[in-house]
Amino acid sequence: MIRFDNVSKVYPKQTRPALRDVSLEVEKGEFVFLVGSSGSGKSTFLRLVLREERCSHGQVHVLGKDLARLSNWKVPQMRRQLGTVFQDFRLLPNKTVAENVAFAQEVIGKSRGEIRKSVPQVLDLVGLGGKEDRMPGELSGGEQQRVAIARAFVNRPKLLIADEPTGNLDPQTSVGIMKLLDRINRTGTTVIMATHDQNIVDQMRKRVIELEKGRLVRDQARGVYGYQH
Amino acid sequence: MRAQFVLSEIGVGLRRNLTMTFAVIVSVALSLALFGGSLLMSDQVSTMKGYWYDKVNVSIFLCNKHDADSDVNCAKGAVTEDQKKQILSDLHKMTVVEKVTYESQDEAYKHYKEQFGNSPLASSLTPDQMQESYRIKLKDPQKYQVIASAFNGRAGVQSVQDQKGILDNLFTLLNLMNRGALGVMALMLVVALLLIVNTVRVSAFSRRRETGIMRLVGASGFYIQAPFIAEAAVAGLIGGGLACVALVVGRYFTIDHGMALSAKLSLINFVGWDAVLTKLPLILATSVVMPSLAAFFALRKYLKV
Repeated sequence: MIRFDNVSKVYPKQTRPALRDVSLEVEKGEFVFLVGSSGSGKSTFLRLVLREERCSHGQVHVLGKDLARLSNWKVPQMRRQLGTVFQDFRLLPNKTVAENVAFAQEVIGKSRGEIRKSVPQVLDLVGLGGKEDRMPGELSGGEQQRVAIARAFVNRPKLLIADEPTGNLDPQTSVGIMKLLDRINRTGTTVIMATHDQNIVDQMRKRVIELEKGRLVRDQARGVYGYQH
Repeated sequence: MRAQFVLSEIGVGLRRNLTMTFAVIVSVALSLALFGGSLLMSDQVSTMKGYWYDKVNVSIFLCNKHDADSDVNCAKGAVTEDQKKQILSDLHKMTVVEKVTYESQDEAYKHYKEQFGNSPLASSLTPDQMQESYRIKLKDPQKYQVIASAFNGRAGVQSVQDQKGILDNLFTLLNLMNRGALGVMALMLVVALLLIVNTVRVSAFSRRRETGIMRLVGASGFYIQAPFIAEAAVAGLIGGGLACVALVVGRYFTIDHGMALSAKLSLINFVGWDAVLTKLPLILATSVVMPSLAAFFALRKYLKV
């Protein structure tokens, strides 16, 4: 699903690399936590997977494709197989819940019949059935994040990337979001989630990858947030 | 690609930048109206040049049988075959002459019809009212006087005319006006294009949330850029349409009605409606293509795809 071979990333005009010599593999259907303090390289890792950035050294393979050799015009096709969720939801404030989800299908040219079928389905899945016509501003933070997850999942991606999806939510709501991500993971979708939330990582007991100053310092199956000796 | 989705995006975009859109429309309209006007002016100049203008320098008009009554130079009657032969052989002997062409009455009639075909004067004319002439190309166009002094007043010669000299002053003026119009047009066009670049920048900034999401869910570059380019194209097309209206209305009021130049200056043959109408598709095409290109290049700078 994802393979990093000796990947380094140096941003222009910066001497310290954001990632140094990272090698790892994520298999299909895995649930992976990406942890590390701010500036440890988590975001850079995700940006490389999304091909928002290209790596400076090494090779990044996503969905079996070498991203360095993927030409620019093929990137959209690749991204259609990825879903993305952010800490700040990134919903369109002037569109309803259903329209926000439908937007992700409209802009890749899905037919209206298809959209009419899949949007209610995915909203039911995330537990927002009956709130199709609400505006994002009328929803709680947790509900907004569910809309964002619905939007990321409506095109049935093979890989879901979540960048601190519970960062703006209270612990109770976070648990609900994690249950949802877990359910999505059980449908066979690979999930990779960057987080600072210690409780969640400790509870879920999934694979944990820890970065520190750009280096891979821990890759632990059924791991916890902090070091355990 | 869902047309309805794209169309609604265009509408939203144009309304959001209403003032900027208005500025784009006005500057495109002005520059293209000037562009069309200067094209028509060149047409007008070539219409006035007629058949012989670019080919000869001096014309020797010979008397016909009607001139015998009306023109003192032709008091001895129409030109005879002997006189014509004499003139021609004299012309061939002159070193300043490069080439001599004879124009018969029928040819003169034909050329006149071509130039003034739709004027009321032309319809009452018959070939035998036309004059025969020798059309002379000089090695040095300044040597007009040599021909004039040799043939003016000779039997059978009605007049020697340096038409090019007379018309040149007028054409110089028209060409100057034309260049002025083109210069202003170029400036207006630059203003229009800069406005479009700026509009696209504002537009791309105000919609960065949408385009960011589009990028993430894998919308193609074309799908992301199309609404911006279409916005510029629609604004440009409206401007082009206004320019077309201005040209048509302009011709109507300066030539046919209002100022009615065609009635006041009946000797000048003005460009016809066909000349105006053939410019319109060109103007409309320009009004769509140029703003689209400007938007396309602006997007490369301001919109990450």
